[in-house]
Amino acid sequence: MSFISNMPKDREIMLKKIGVSSVEELFKDVPADKRFPKVEMPAPLSEPEILLELSRLSAKNASAECYDWFLGGGVYNHFVPSVIGALITRGEFLTAYTPYQPEVSQGTLEAIFEYQTMISELTGMDVVNASHYDGATALAEAAIMSVRSTRKRNKVVLAPGLHPEYRDVIETYFQGLDMELADGEIDDQTAGYIVQNPTWTGEILDVKAEAAKAHDAGAMLIVHTDPISLGVLEAPGACGADIVTAEGQSLGVGMNWGGPMLGIFATTEKNIRKMPGRIIGETVDHNGNRGCVLTFAAREQHIRREKATSNICSNQGLAALSAAIYLAALGKSGFRKVAELSWHKAHYAASEIGKLDGFSLKTKGHFFKEFLVETPVAAERIFAQLKDKFILPGLPVSRLGGADNELLVCVTEVNSKEQIDRLVAALKEVK
Amino acid sequence: MSNLWKISGEGRSAVYLPGLDVPETPIPAELRREEEPNLPEVAEMDLVRHYTNLSRRNFSIDTHFYPLGSCTMKYNPKVNEVTAALPGFRNAHPYQGDELSQGAIELLYRMQEQLSAISGFDATSLQPAAGAQGELTGILMIRKYHEERGELEKRRKILVPDSAHGTNPATATMAGFQSKEIPSDKHGNIDLAALKAECDETLAGIMITNPNTLGLFEENILEVIDAVHRAGGMVYGDGANFNAVMGIVKPGELGFDVMHYNVHKTFTGPHGGGGPGAGPVSAGAALKDYLPGPIAYKKADGYELKQPPKTIGRMKLFYGNFGILVRGFTYISMLGAAGLRDVTENAVLNANYLKALVAEKFPAAYDRSCMHEFVTRGDIAPGIHTLDIAKRLIDYGFHPPTIYFPLIVPEAIMIEPTETESRETIEAFAEAMNKIADEAVNAPDLLHNAPASTAVKRLDEAGAVKKPVLRY
Amino acid sequence: MKFDKDARYSETHEWVRKEGDLLVFGISDYAQSKIGEVVFVELPEEDEFEKGASFSVVESVKSANDLYIPVSGEVVEVNEALEDDPDLVNSDAFGDGWICKIKPSDMSDFDGLLSAADYEKMVSELD
Repeated sequence: MSFISNMPKDREIMLKKIGVSSVEELFKDVPADKRFPKVEMPAPLSEPEILLELSRLSAKNASAECYDWFLGGGVYNHFVPSVIGALITRGEFLTAYTPYQPEVSQGTLEAIFEYQTMISELTGMDVVNASHYDGATALAEAAIMSVRSTRKRNKVVLAPGLHPEYRDVIETYFQGLDMELADGEIDDQTAGYIVQNPTWTGEILDVKAEAAKAHDAGAMLIVHTDPISLGVLEAPGACGADIVTAEGQSLGVGMNWGGPMLGIFATTEKNIRKMPGRIIGETVDHNGNRGCVLTFAAREQHIRREKATSNICSNQGLAALSAAIYLAALGKSGFRKVAELSWHKAHYAASEIGKLDGFSLKTKGHFFKEFLVETPVAAERIFAQLKDKFILPGLPVSRLGGADNELLVCVTEVNSKEQIDRLVAALKEVK
Repeated sequence: MSNLWKISGEGRSAVYLPGLDVPETPIPAELRREEEPNLPEVAEMDLVRHYTNLSRRNFSIDTHFYPLGSCTMKYNPKVNEVTAALPGFRNAHPYQGDELSQGAIELLYRMQEQLSAISGFDATSLQPAAGAQGELTGILMIRKYHEERGELEKRRKILVPDSAHGTNPATATMAGFQSKEIPSDKHGNIDLAALKAECDETLAGIMITNPNTLGLFEENILEVIDAVHRAGGMVYGDGANFNAVMGIVKPGELGFDVMHYNVHKTFTGPHGGGGPGAGPVSAGAALKDYLPGPIAYKKADGYELKQPPKTIGRMKLFYGNFGILVRGFTYISMLGAAGLRDVTENAVLNANYLKALVAEKFPAAYDRSCMHEFVTRGDIAPGIHTLDIAKRLIDYGFHPPTIYFPLIVPEAIMIEPTETESRETIEAFAEAMNKIADEAVNAPDLLHNAPASTAVKRLDEAGAVKKPVLRY
Repeated sequence: MKFDKDARYSETHEWVRKEGDLLVFGISDYAQSKIGEVVFVELPEEDEFEKGASFSVVESVKSANDLYIPVSGEVVEVNEALEDDPDLVNSDAFGDGWICKIKPSDMSDFDGLLSAADYEKMVSELD
């Protein structure tokens, strides 16, 4: 079947019109000795069979609704309102291409224009692009942009606290480029200074002070942030950021075992021509009616070729749409409430865990929804014991090269007091 | 038109959140943002109407024939949406560990095997997020290969035929190479003499789209690959047009060293208005150890995630756009080897049929049998341009084909009908094209003023750049 | 199609005209007609450049065109009016649409460029 409508009778009519006697004839340009090879694959499955097979595979994975869930570390279990799934699976959104023909793409264009507006509000930045693959690739492209925007400098400096796998991705992107990645102090060769706030282990930094440090040295400040935190915390734009990136997975996209996620990218108006990715702008038609178009395309790969700001083409459009619907659905008060609930519940959990013998809070200063706990036994051991009680207590940071006795605990608005109390009780029992 | 802010009312929200059930911890004033983000405030029904009405301003595969060349706008089966939304896929976390992710890792492993089998390669990484990232992956792998052999300093050049995909030169730059364009010959193949002149000790590799963006299978493909290999270069395959060769030929057997796929084109991941896609990469013996990861491996008692031995590293976080991969896996598993060959045969048949139906008014730029797409021109009458033809097609209820690409055909119209369209749809489209050709001569203003049927007409794109308005 | 008789031209369609010991620089009327409506000019930095270096970009909706400095020298002044009215390049390529002024390090570079007549001949063979 292969989702094909044409039947043998149709094919006969078509072949006749083309003037060949068989479909095979259409492939005569393919080298004869390589043509029509044997392909070894399992027998095809019918629809009920594939549904059964994938339900079976799905059931072999832990999924958040079956656990008391405190696992974060860059991907978060925030609530995804039902309205998002209902709207993004409408075929008109789901099965449209990149909006290159604006007259028949106003739905996508307008929705992403709204996304740009809402992310601009959250971050306090002037311009927002239509998305990157994830937070890490957005950050890598921000690092590249800082070098390209700053003449005669090629170094990007990382402040302490960047997620280790983000660093890995930046290193991959830097491999072929004449750009240097360094830790520590900014110098006169520094084009960009990257600050993750809150840090990957939860600490809230003084972004204004970091901005002053970067700007005094003539470098751009790149802030990578958690968009949910912006429901209560100061916008990076208001602190002096030149580029803001974020992982937008928390904004109604879901966890999806780590993909699709949503790379958020925003900058100031003066940097717009250095920015990678698609941008949507407002304009009018010849009757004066308002409409949106893809704009500033001359920066992009299909026009600027080898001098483009990036090679990015497909992005995470549908995830950006999810984020737009999420923010619109929550609205001003709802979005603030998600942030406040996460804050209060995380602080309650931290204070209760801190009271347990052998456990102590390692995150210094203020934190938002995630904090590092020093544990009396290896965190992996705690994870193994608690998962059998259907509690995922957090991320043993040893999985990312960190210390054995450290657990990164994340609490969001979906965690009830009852769940937190169960976590605390279970931690008390660990051996 | 209304917008979210115009329909807002103070205090409205569409989400019912849990209440506060723990003691409050005051948020210090110095951390609080000074200005609250101005988000819309709407109730659920108003929100749903807003987005439903917006969606109706789109053309999509579900609503219209959408023959965008090189984009493979085939039908996206609904079963995909059900499988991708299964809770163990949708609500799983990338750090929950191998033990709690056995189903997901098994799916990755089986899909890696499927793709390697279809394409004739040794190993596959599903991590790259999209086609362009797959390209960058491939070129970074080639880079590392030369680096390990101590030849990177002299091998600085990546060849890109002028019939290749638009992203290729930008990709070569991002990987730190200089791209060098190779012209096409009069049959639409890579110009062999020009290619061989560039095959020297500075050659790092070549990026080949096959079939190319003219919709033509490279007739000299074996000779091209051999010339590059003899010079010590590696051959990268841009798999955006893979819908044209499944079950017909294995790129690995032709001698390609590494190739990406577009799951959102060939394997029915939805395009989503621009993404997310998925751009897995397969490689042969020379390059497979450099694949990015982690990727899935089979072990005695299950499956595990690991980095390949000489990996270039992580192209993105985690294991790829998993939700899109689930859709691709669903599709491939339902079709099997014979089904995939059926897909290609019907895609190529549909393209050749459409090409024949419009041949008189819109002759193909190259007079050969095409693969899954073909290229013609829109300057068919005085004062008429490709843009006019494209916009007039909208009035007939069709999404326009890809236009002004490839660059080597002036006024190009690039048409890919895909296998899922019926004979009747192809015929209706051809009839519209032929009618438009008559209108171009007899009533050209119908074309110049098109589209007449949409809510907004042609938009002022220059104005959008000169006076940028990028948010409300 | 206009050709300024007093200017000299490069094969990449830039023109330069002597103004005292400086050279005024812009793109030809032919070039602007091919580019279409100019939406942005990335003005060169006031700095020194080697002959042939890419130092400015003229952008339309569907293209971005690099400009190459036809003589070695220092950019001493840029046409800031183009920031608000980039389409001056379309309406008056040889006049108000000038892009920058260059202090050449060697005036003989200028003499090596195409004359208006030679450039006109070159262009006539292109279309």
